[in-house]
Amino acid sequence: MDQLTRYLFANFGDKVWPRMVEHITLSSLALLIALVIALPLGLAISKVKPAAPPVLGVLDILYTIPSFALFAFLVPITGIGTQPALIALSAYALVVLVHNTMVAFNGVDPAVREAARGMGMSPAQVLWRIEVPLALPIIIAGVRIAALSTVGLTTIAAWIGAGGMGQLLRDGMNDPTYSKLYAGIISIGIIAVAADVVFRLLERLASVPTHQKARKSPSKDLLVKRA
Amino acid sequence: MSAQDVQLTTNNSQLTTSEIAFEHVTKRFPSAATPAVDDVSLDVQQGDLVVLLGPSGCGKTTLLKMVNRLYEHDSGRILMQGQEIRSFKVTDLRRRIGYVIQSVGLFPHMTVARNIATVPEMLGWDKARINSRVDELLEIVGLQPGEYRGRYPAQLSGGQQQRVGLARAMSADPAIMLMDEPFAAIDSITRRRLQDELLNIQQKVRKTILFVTHDVEEAIRLADKIAVMRAGKVVQHDTPLRILSAPADDFVTELTGAGDVLRRLSLLDVGSAMLPANGVNSTPTTAAAAALHPRDSLRDALGQLLGSGAETLPVVDEQGQRVGTIDMAAIRRLTHPD
Repeated sequence: MDQLTRYLFANFGDKVWPRMVEHITLSSLALLIALVIALPLGLAISKVKPAAPPVLGVLDILYTIPSFALFAFLVPITGIGTQPALIALSAYALVVLVHNTMVAFNGVDPAVREAARGMGMSPAQVLWRIEVPLALPIIIAGVRIAALSTVGLTTIAAWIGAGGMGQLLRDGMNDPTYSKLYAGIISIGIIAVAADVVFRLLERLASVPTHQKARKSPSKDLLVKRA
Repeated sequence: MSAQDVQLTTNNSQLTTSEIAFEHVTKRFPSAATPAVDDVSLDVQQGDLVVLLGPSGCGKTTLLKMVNRLYEHDSGRILMQGQEIRSFKVTDLRRRIGYVIQSVGLFPHMTVARNIATVPEMLGWDKARINSRVDELLEIVGLQPGEYRGRYPAQLSGGQQQRVGLARAMSADPAIMLMDEPFAAIDSITRRRLQDELLNIQQKVRKTILFVTHDVEEAIRLADKIAVMRAGKVVQHDTPLRILSAPADDFVTELTGAGDVLRRLSLLDVGSAMLPANGVNSTPTTAAAAALHPRDSLRDALGQLLGSGAETLPVVDEQGQRVGTIDMAAIRRLTHPD
């Protein structure tokens, strides 16, 4: 413990913090790429139902490939570094995101959609005013799960030279005091918990008060629920 | 101009203005062997509440949804105010037609006020006009604006939700309303109250309403005209009175239970059988006399006539104004039209 604290004090600025930044950047970038592909794809397979099984099937197969194997598989094609890491990480996040996005849009009450159409909303208005706001909390929940798994998987990316907290773990294996190792583990935990908290907060912000019953003080009701 | 003249001119104008007209309309769904709607021709007059009545699968909802083009008709013509509905842009058409469905379909992420404001917002009304319209509509459907504007749909009871659904459908003051079993999912006491309120609202605003139901009593309570449907065809299109007293065939007889005289009387209201009072006699009656309301059932009237032993009973409206009289002969005329 003592050695860990000393290590952190001495090296946080130049050894731990840069790895953390690398880790967060890599994870975020992978998540972003996955989102750009997954949101339209998930929406598309929710609209065109017959397309869902083949798309999800392919993604599921991808998901069964062990991460280390996928990283290794990409190295001969792309070389080492961040490029194969981003490809592999995005691919894994994609599986979760496409699935959840589809579920989120499927979950919009058909009666609500019919009412919106029947009132004269154009397809774009139905999408942006009705479907997206209603699907958003579940989409964000999916993003949270994808983010957590990406943060974890990014650790492995260090073994193909992509940097991040995994680098600290690799180096830490050879350190007899294991200070580096512990510092790495703790930092990954902090990143994961922070991501979890941020996305849970977003999820709550996007949620609509669907289950509150009419009471004198709805805000009081919410507090009880949070507790 | 006397009241009778007004009556005549409105009647005349009604002869020429059919608000919705179906002309040989047919709709087939790809998976079905028989057409859902089969060569239907039907005229809906301006200001009428026409009920499409029939068992499930008879095509009534399909017919309704073709008006706002949620379903497209395969052949024939559907005219709104004389114009084929396909000549309108589909979103414009729908914004001009109020639409109420059984499952209400309120937008759960929007407050009551924003739900009601949906169509006016799309039509580009200014904020002040929208706000006052929302309040006005909430009053009309019997919800206190101050209390309900800011609520979310999940914070309302089923009956309240459908009131908001009704307000939302009327928001841009459409001439036509389509109502697809709006009260079917609501408990019978609330349903009855909502039916009464719909009638009261209809008396004030006089929309042209197409109303789908499989509930005979609801149809008879609400309708100016009933179109009884079976297997995609309209088998009888007539007033509730005529549907009950002169059913077109065995199917209609069975559907309405018209063979049972007492049941038939319980479905008909006093207003449909009474002798209207002419202007001279319409003095307020004393409250002491046993009196009937135009919306009481004829079964109640029969009971009162037999119970009181009176030859005739006065019919009195909400304001205590005598609007007519009812006697045994009037009831007999309905049960034995010949």
